[in-house]
Amino acid sequence: MSLSKKSTIIVENLRKKQMRESISAGKRLDERSLDEIRPLQIEIDVIKKANGSAWVKLGKTQVIAGVKVETGEPFEGLENSGAMIITAEVLPIASPHIEPGPPDEETIELARVVDRGVRESEMLDLSKLVLVPGKIVYTIFVDCSIINVDGNLFDATSYAVVSALASCKLPIFEIKDDKVVETGKTQEPPITTIPVSITTVKIGDYLLLDPNTEEEACMDARLTITTNSKGSIVAMQKGLKGYFTVDEVKGIADKARIKGEEIRVKLEGLIKVGK
Amino acid sequence: MVQNRSLIDESGKRSDGRIIDELREVKINVGIIKNADGSALIEFGKNKIIAAVYGPREVHPKHMALSDRCVIRCRYHMSPFSTDTRKSPAPSRRETEISKVIREALEPAVMLEDYPRAAIDIFIEVLQADGGSRCAGITAASVALADAGINMRDMVSACAAGKVDDKIVIDINDTEDKEGGADMPVAYMSNLKEITLLQLDGELNPTEFNTCLEEAIRGCLKVYEIQRSSLMEKYFGNEKGLKE
Repeated sequence: MSLSKKSTIIVENLRKKQMRESISAGKRLDERSLDEIRPLQIEIDVIKKANGSAWVKLGKTQVIAGVKVETGEPFEGLENSGAMIITAEVLPIASPHIEPGPPDEETIELARVVDRGVRESEMLDLSKLVLVPGKIVYTIFVDCSIINVDGNLFDATSYAVVSALASCKLPIFEIKDDKVVETGKTQEPPITTIPVSITTVKIGDYLLLDPNTEEEACMDARLTITTNSKGSIVAMQKGLKGYFTVDEVKGIADKARIKGEEIRVKLEGLIKVGK
Repeated sequence: MVQNRSLIDESGKRSDGRIIDELREVKINVGIIKNADGSALIEFGKNKIIAAVYGPREVHPKHMALSDRCVIRCRYHMSPFSTDTRKSPAPSRRETEISKVIREALEPAVMLEDYPRAAIDIFIEVLQADGGSRCAGITAASVALADAGINMRDMVSACAAGKVDDKIVIDINDTEDKEGGADMPVAYMSNLKEITLLQLDGELNPTEFNTCLEEAIRGCLKVYEIQRSSLMEKYFGNEKGLKE
């Protein structure tokens, strides 16, 4: 059951007032402009035991994604495509407000929205990841650990997943005597596009990109939009109890396309360097 | 998303015989759960969904209460027999997410500050699912909230638009959702002109995106009229709201 609750992060009224005044003058409390994304750093291949990995720092938010490739049965109804499973966990090391335990609805939403962006963009051509049609397919796990929380987990986690997937090496499997054996060789993953997620939040009547924790504690509504390399929109998720008008949504979609392309150039450059 | 057969024929008819901007048949029956403070059964195409509202009532456990407004609790649940293959009755990750987005779609409409320290519980039970169940659920829950006499800023109406065979259509059904190109559920407050739920999966270029959003909202406006007349019918005996 989903219930409305108090924010665990408390921002003093005085600070909130300061934030609103600052935003209305076009500048945020951390000196950024309203549509400025914090510095993005990505390091790939940080976990050698994984088939692919990425350590993303978006401002102070940090996420590690690891890809593990196995074989297994296909999903029901998707007999001729590989399986991809994306999970996310906010670790107790990430913030004083996180306690160990089963994922809460916010973490479930996070993992599902990140998964939706990557899946709907068809970034990985899953039809190329079939060993025995209808029986044995590649199963690709992308597990994300959020290790420091400072807002915008949606985008940071998405960048980590995309970087880890795009830079991973898929082990080549063979069928010998009805058994799956690993050949020890690897191949490039079948990447078709680079999806980029851009999250916008609304505070009062102002729209801000890439919110930090303090801004998230004051936001009324949130909209995450994922675009692909063609500039089409492939996934979207509105959150929180605020609202958007039609014009706001159209404006946010245009911005997500432009800012998404800037991030995409960065991701593509990095992945090439990695190879 | 495999497009293996045409979902719209030459004459513009969809797989279930509708044209592109036609809603499925919608029926809303208000007040069918007598124990609830407000309720509605919605039949939206083959969807059959009951929404029941209990509250405002005391919050248990008490520490969950908010001192300046009420807590909204929302549960979207699918009955095991509601789908083609049996659905486990335990709440899935999908249901957890949908419960959250539905709560967030309805909260802007409720005057939360009128009921401090109280809870309003919204239960949405999907008895038969046919694609677009979250939209139908929101629509029914909004009617149930009004039926419970909860102070509201506006009615929330929901409808999805999407891309089927490269055409933008409204109110995606199950087949179109599984085989079509994109699905964009939208919840909208018609009088305030505010969007309270917005999701998308599937690819849309910038032009398609704008058309899809506008079409979904046109669908919401149609749904709003049906919600209005269903309430009028219960409380005033006819659709126009005039006592004869």
